[in-house]
Amino acid sequence: MAVAAAVHPAPHEEHPTSTGLSSRKMLFWAFLGSECMFFGSLIATYLVYRGRDTVGPHPHEVLNIPFTSFSAFVLLMSSLTMVLALAACQHGDRRGTAGWLAATALLGMTFVGGQCYEFTHFFYDGLKLQGNLFGCTFYVLTGFHGTHVTIGVIWLWTLFTLAIRGKLPQEKSLDVEIAGLYWHFVDVVWIAIFTLIYLIQ
Amino acid sequence: MATTTAPVGVATGTRTSFAAGVWSWITTVDHKRIGVLYGVTAFLFFLIGGLEALLIRIQLARPENTFVSPDFYNQLFTMHGTTMIFLAVMPLSASFFNFIIPLQIGARDVAFPRLNAFSYWVFLLGGIFLNLSFFLGGAPDTGWFGYSNLTSKQFSPGHGVDFWAIGLQVLGISSLAAAFNFIVTIINLRAPGMKLMRMPVFAWMTLVTAFLIILAFPVITVALVFLLFDRFVGTNFYVPASGADPVLWQHLFWLFGHPEVYILILPAMGIVSEVLPTFSRKPLFGYPVVVYSGIFIGFMGWGVWSHHMFSVGLGPIADSFFALTTMLIAIPTGVKIFNWIATMWGGRVELKTAMLFAVGFIAMFIMGGLSGVMHASPPADLQQTDTYFVVAHIHYVLFGGAIMGIFAGIYYWFPKITGRLLDERLGQIHFWLNIIALNVTFFPMHFVGLLGMPRRVYTYAPGLGFDTMNMISTVGVFAIVIATLVFIVNFLRSVRSGETTGSDPWGGATLEWAIPSPPPAYNFASIPTVHSVHPLWEADASDLIKDVNRVRGPIHMPPSSYWPAVAALGIALLMSGMIFGWWFGIPGLLIMLVGLYSWAFEPCH
Amino acid sequence: MTDHQHSTDRHPAEHAHPKGKEYLAIAVVLTVITAVEVAVFYIPAMHPVLVPVLLTLSTLKFALVAMFYMHLKFDHRLFSWLFVLPISLAVLVIIALMKLFGVF
Repeated sequence: MAVAAAVHPAPHEEHPTSTGLSSRKMLFWAFLGSECMFFGSLIATYLVYRGRDTVGPHPHEVLNIPFTSFSAFVLLMSSLTMVLALAACQHGDRRGTAGWLAATALLGMTFVGGQCYEFTHFFYDGLKLQGNLFGCTFYVLTGFHGTHVTIGVIWLWTLFTLAIRGKLPQEKSLDVEIAGLYWHFVDVVWIAIFTLIYLIQ
Repeated sequence: MATTTAPVGVATGTRTSFAAGVWSWITTVDHKRIGVLYGVTAFLFFLIGGLEALLIRIQLARPENTFVSPDFYNQLFTMHGTTMIFLAVMPLSASFFNFIIPLQIGARDVAFPRLNAFSYWVFLLGGIFLNLSFFLGGAPDTGWFGYSNLTSKQFSPGHGVDFWAIGLQVLGISSLAAAFNFIVTIINLRAPGMKLMRMPVFAWMTLVTAFLIILAFPVITVALVFLLFDRFVGTNFYVPASGADPVLWQHLFWLFGHPEVYILILPAMGIVSEVLPTFSRKPLFGYPVVVYSGIFIGFMGWGVWSHHMFSVGLGPIADSFFALTTMLIAIPTGVKIFNWIATMWGGRVELKTAMLFAVGFIAMFIMGGLSGVMHASPPADLQQTDTYFVVAHIHYVLFGGAIMGIFAGIYYWFPKITGRLLDERLGQIHFWLNIIALNVTFFPMHFVGLLGMPRRVYTYAPGLGFDTMNMISTVGVFAIVIATLVFIVNFLRSVRSGETTGSDPWGGATLEWAIPSPPPAYNFASIPTVHSVHPLWEADASDLIKDVNRVRGPIHMPPSSYWPAVAALGIALLMSGMIFGWWFGIPGLLIMLVGLYSWAFEPCH
Repeated sequence: MTDHQHSTDRHPAEHAHPKGKEYLAIAVVLTVITAVEVAVFYIPAMHPVLVPVLLTLSTLKFALVAMFYMHLKFDHRLFSWLFVLPISLAVLVIIALMKLFGVF
């Protein structure tokens, strides 16, 4: 915590802050720190309960690695489009902002769609939420991740609407940046889930 | 652009219609008004929790008593613990965070005033929701730590546990939102020159507490999510028959629960660290050591949780590890106690009521701390766990500690909040009654605990050696009730007709004493520049006071907003829909979305 | 909950973001690592070292996204602390719980 209270009066700054940093961005990073503990607890439960099941289906019987690798790739690419949306917004490129935001949202929707498909498949393979421990820990962990993605998609379409109406000028790029932080966080959580749940069975 | 220059006093105020007055409180984003709302609400919940304790003690006054039914007794001790922790001590601390922190760091408000209002409304609705359970089929009855699998549908078929789990989720949202807000406020809104190591200790302890909240609450959120899934969807997170381990709940709960203990006590430690120097006319002894001890406690608080679970049988390695860390965490706490005592040493000690409560805090906290270290040893803990010995311990640290610290804060800052002093004579009576009564109540519990009286059991057989001690405890509780009534009388009288006071009745060292009491809506007409930990004790203090109260042009304050209250209402309805049905849940969802979107797009400059 | 309180905040320290090309290069690296991860999963010879290799690779991906896409490398150190400390705590909690439950 080496935040010396050096006060740099930043230009264009309406409310100067002690650190010179944006309060909203700071709040959001603290929120992401909190989210780490949320997903950490979910992942810990999954790992603690792994291998305790006496009845199937077990992870290796249902998990479809090629399909989920594709989903993981889709989400990674959405992170790329997200930073490009931010870069466009920071350069005052209105069409670029709207376009990349829409691309990100569509990739996110592809991911959620893939998850719905995957859940349906698993369900017919006998993996039930009310079934074994793998079922409940898997569905709740990935379900919460999917919910986060869905909220992100809604957020992105909201920003898209603002962008096409010309309400996301350069000065408001922080709005895009914060949505981006959320989006990338959801992506890195999936990086962890993909490795810990899918690849290390 | 809302330009406010008129002081919006808490106790004063212009004569407007009643409805307009209420509306102005509902839509307020002023941290001082929100602090008052927090304080009053939390104090009412404190009285409810106290009433529950009173009923418990009446039931236990005599062996084989039938004053309340066993079933209602279970509800009483569950709601007493839950209420005191989540609805009384935490929000009372939050009340001080709200009112005092921006004043102490030289800010006009918190970083996110509307988020602050949102936190309060969510807290209020969550508290009401939790207490509604008494009238809707029975309150939760599984203890404040709701061990699995007693909380499963099989063993708790009623809605009590549902109210508990959902209520705690709602309250968690409130605590998290407030904690994010105060982290940013303290890091980002300090007055120029106020380096971190020039902050008042109360601001430091608030910062550590806020970090503990944002890291600990997600863990209980997850534990409660599993519980709710088990109860509403039929999953098997805590069902042993499916291979699950109910001990997982205990781990997740105490991973949250132990940091929570520090969430309860650190703010009180911060308050005491403000009160002691003021009434000793001496700077806090070893300021950096107190600060670093607080931070160290914040870190160490994460490594001790399993000392609540020694009786589970975690094995010698785990037991040894958690015993060691628990003994280790006593060190920074002990260091603070020595610092407080050394602060008084050689000072011109003035035993005003606030100071009495602060000194009482130290004494009672030492008692609670000593019995706490006894539990750190697993063999000793196996004898003490689940007995009244533990009840004695937690009440010495939470009632003797946290609540006494909060009372010290109330007596100390009441003049700042209202512009009037609490009556000193009644205050002294309150203190002496309170400290005697609490020892009469809780000290005998050490003995009945070591004699083997289990906690959470509605009665006991005669002739086990518990009878006299229990009667003494019950008499003590009635004395606590009288002490609290003295305080309430004092409060109600002083709010209306207490002696009026200037900006600084105590000769305090920190910035809040530089501005009028009650402070104007904008707090500081000009933001001060700080060069010291105790700016008002420096030679140039009078210049600083003149400077901060000099208005230099219009001051922009955030306009009031009702959207935070709307969003809070939506969330409360949405969550309660899990019990009351979709005709609560769906409108709740819609109201929440309207609230959040309107809030986000509301112009606020 | 976007609070537009400080919507005009812009800070000198936050201007040095990389350009589109660098973002693209990171994306290529991330894709390659993901491909390697999946490959490792399917190659039987790799199975003895599967866990450490996968953990290392995913940590690398995690770090790349956090440093470049989330700009932690270019932003104020405080933001890194706000994220890295909780992540470390979460990892410690996961390890401790696995240990307590005898997973390893």
